[in-house]
Order: sequence, then C-alpha cells, then structure tokens
Amino acid sequence: MMEKMIFGRFLPGDSPVHKLDPRSKLIFVFAFIIIVFLANNTVTYAMLLAFTLLIVLVSRIRLYFLINGLKPVLFLMAFTFLLHIFMTKEGVPVFESKFITIYDEGIRRGIFISIRFLVLVFMTSILTLTTSPISITDGIEVLLNPLKAIKVPVHELALMMSISLRFIPTLMDETDKIMKAQMARGSDLSSGPIKDRIKAVVPLLVPLFVSAFKRAEDLATAMEVRGYRGGEGRTRYRRLKWDMGDTFAIVLLVAIGVLLFFYRS
Amino acid sequence: MDIKLQQVSYAYAQGTPFEKRALFDVDFDIPSHTYQAIIGHTGSGKSTILQHFNALLRPTSGEVHIGDRLIVAGKKAKDLKAVRQKVGIVFQFPEHQLFEETVLKDIMFGPMNFGISEEEAEARARELVSLVGLPDNVLDKSPFDLSGGQMRRVAIAGVLAMDPEVIVLDEPTAGLDPRGQKEIMDMFYQLHQERHLTTILVTHSMEDAARYADNIVIMHEGKNVLNGSPRVIFKDVATLKEFRLEPPRIVRFQQKIEHMMGHSLSKVCLTEEELATEIAQALREERAES
Repeated sequence: MMEKMIFGRFLPGDSPVHKLDPRSKLIFVFAFIIIVFLANNTVTYAMLLAFTLLIVLVSRIRLYFLINGLKPVLFLMAFTFLLHIFMTKEGVPVFESKFITIYDEGIRRGIFISIRFLVLVFMTSILTLTTSPISITDGIEVLLNPLKAIKVPVHELALMMSISLRFIPTLMDETDKIMKAQMARGSDLSSGPIKDRIKAVVPLLVPLFVSAFKRAEDLATAMEVRGYRGGEGRTRYRRLKWDMGDTFAIVLLVAIGVLLFFYRS
Repeated sequence: MDIKLQQVSYAYAQGTPFEKRALFDVDFDIPSHTYQAIIGHTGSGKSTILQHFNALLRPTSGEVHIGDRLIVAGKKAKDLKAVRQKVGIVFQFPEHQLFEETVLKDIMFGPMNFGISEEEAEARARELVSLVGLPDNVLDKSPFDLSGGQMRRVAIAGVLAMDPEVIVLDEPTAGLDPRGQKEIMDMFYQLHQERHLTTILVTHSMEDAARYADNIVIMHEGKNVLNGSPRVIFKDVATLKEFRLEPPRIVRFQQKIEHMMGHSLSKVCLTEEELATEIAQALREERAES
C-alpha cells in the first residue's frame, strides 16, 4: 500500500539536474514559483510550459513519476478549471443554454490555471526526485545561515528535518508490520462502520508511538555518546560545491524571468 | 487444517517502477498436524511466504488453499476473519504489537475481535498466562511495565487466545536468552502435540528445525528448493552449503565423531540425546565384536 507512494521520493541518477548543487536548485525552484505568476497571456504560458518540459527532458526523469506526483492535486486542478469556465463572464460566448453560458475567455483562463498547477508540481517534483533529502537539508541549512544573526536555531532546525526525513521510511515499515500483526489478531481497518474503524486505529497508534519514542531516546543517547554537542564549530563531511552548471541554471532562470516580464500583457 | 501453496508468486509494489519480486512459483503442502519448518537465508522469501498463510498478502499469481478456503491471485477475497482466526501468526518481535492498558485486555483483544464472549476470553487469558510461564499477577499490570521476555510471552498468549488450528511462528525466540528460547520452543512443541495443531516454524536456527520439525522446506531466492524430513535434508551437507546454510551443530559434531571412529552411525541424529544413545550403541557393538 505505502510502497506505491511516489511523491517526495528521491530517484538517484546522473543527469545534469542531479549533479546541480542543492543550493542552486532550491533557489531556482523558489524563484521559479514566484516567476510563474508573471505569466498572463498565451505567449508567456507557452514559454513556461516549454521551459518546464525542457527541464524535465534534461533531468531524464520518466514522465510516470511526474504524472504520479500530479495525482494528489488533480482534484484541485479540475475544480479550479471548472470554476474558471463557469464563473468567467467575459469574451465571446461559445456555448449557451438555459442555465449557463460558457465564454471563450473562461476556457482560456481555465487552461492557464491548469498549466500553472502543472508547471509548479512538475518543478517541485523534479527538485525532490533529483535531490536526496539529506542534500536538500544541507542546502536549506546553508541558505538559512544568515538568519543565525537574528537567533534562529538554523542548525537545530536542519538537524530535526534530516532526522525526520531519515525516519519516514522506518516508521512506514513499522506501521505496516504492526498493522499486519493486528490484522492477524482479527482487527479490521478496512471495513465496518466508521466508529469501529476509528476504534481500530488505537491498536495501531499506541505501538507506533511507543516505538517512535523509544527510537528517539536511543538516537539521542547514541548521538550523545558520540560527542554530539550541537552545531557550534562543527565541520561538514558533505561539502557543497557551486559549479559552472549552478551559475548557468541561475542565469537561465533570470533569462526566462526577463522574457516573461517583457512578453506579459 | 492443511495449507497448500500452488505456483505462488508474489511481487511487492506491483505495477510501479519499484516492483520487486519476492516469490517465484512456490509450491508445497503442509498437511494437518505436521510440524513444518521453513528455513532459508536472509532475503530468501521466508517472511513473505508466511504472510500468505492467513491471507495478509494475496499471491500475484497462483493459489493458496487454507483449509477449505481458496485464495486466488487477482480476486478480492471477502470475509477473511474466519481464516485469520484459524491461522494465528506470531510475528517476529511480537511484543511490538502490545497496546492495551493491561495484560489481560491485550490477551483478550484477539478472541474478542472474533466474536468470543468477554467471559470466555477472560477465562482463556487466565489459563494462557500460566501456560506461557507468567505469574498470575501480571494480568492487571500494564504490558509496558514488563521485561522484554515477559512482553514476548504476553504477545504469544494473545495469539494463542484466538484458539487457532494452525500456528505460524516467525523467529519466535529471536533476542531471548538461551533458557527463555528453550522454554518457549518446548512450550510450542507441547501445545503442538496436546492440541493437535499444525505448526509452521519460520526460522534460520537449524538446531530448532532439527529438534522439533517433522518436515523442512528450504527457501532460496524466492523459491522452495528442498523439501523433506530433517534426517534427509541434513544428511546432504553439500547441497545445504549451496543454499548458504550450515547443518545443525549436532550434525556437524556427528560427522567429526564418525570421522574419528572410522565408520558412520546408523542414522543422522537430530538432538544431543539421540546422538549420545547412538554413540553408546555403536561403542557397545564394537566391544561385543572384539
């Protein structure tokens, strides 16, 4: 069941996108999310879409994974699409009946908003699919470093993040095991009235919490005996390296931003 | 109750790029009332196969017969509760499944899920607690206040309380001290005989398989490669080595003795007691001859 979850997974590879520094990728995606909102006509949306597909091509990620990442937002996409079609009252009517009139402007906006969703989901999926969770955290830690000046515990936050990422698969496995053990004892999570199903979650959650706390305690002890004392003066094993490729990625993004700015109406 | 596997294959995450095949055409029968051991190296598919015994997993191809129920690939089986009541599984580290406030309630959880009355479930719990070797006063304690070994016994009692006809054990003694290991294994053997259970022991302890099992299946890379009585299986050391398995200590010891004595004993011995008797017998015969 859980092994089918694809969103947020990392797929190791050696495409140019995989090789980029996590910092440049993070900046890239973050800035891209803002730039997307510059587009407001056919030319700019076409540019966005073409640009995204180019990145997909370069990253050599199979479309299967990206489309799978789209599934959770599919409902939202369809909903906003329909909302635009039915609510827009501008342009030329293309379909008229007693109850509703659909205008061509509505269809246009519906398509635009869908493209916006698509490129946003694709770009963020490419980030998580091509970057290991650990290097994403490293990147975030370095990028947030300036905030240390205003007493934000950046290192601790990054550590918390990497620990939680590290334990997601472990906890998933654990959940699966406990679920099976309770099913073997006759507890039924997938049928019966809602009340019974909610009750059936208790035998799952209690053991899960017990083991999670135990694991946390063990981890804390293990870190302490190995002399962990926080981020002060700590050197890194994984060094981040900013290459020509990273500079190129940022230049490319600036270029597309400038283009979008000039062609928007 | 007998269990038959026919051409059972299983793949995890089927239909995704992460698909991983774990079983390939596994095919064997476990007749009623046998003590069946399933052994194999890590990753041989032991744990996957055991989840087919009570339909926690459905085969991706092939058939599983559990008593008179048939689980076929591709078809959604309904009402699996009856099957799960008859086939109890003691998973590896079963103490991780405890969750109730008291030991008593936890043992009663299984039977009550299968519609047993509260009085009956409580009676079973009280009986089982002493059977698994725990003092009566643990019943009202929280299971989380017990030691690891005691928790294991509570969890085992929780499965036995369902009164299953088939009991599947997945490394039931992992992580226990040697005395606790022997106690638990002896208890299961006694239950097996007294209650005429069908017992399936999934393990990599050759010693346990040799001592208790009537029949052994050896799994290797998702296939069942050998099937036979312990005496037959452990005789062929070369084949075992092929599957990265060692014969039990006692069999290896017997081989050394035979080498020293210059001739082999009349049979492959599976326990220390048996070997001692066999050697005494052989020495007596030798003396009589000279």
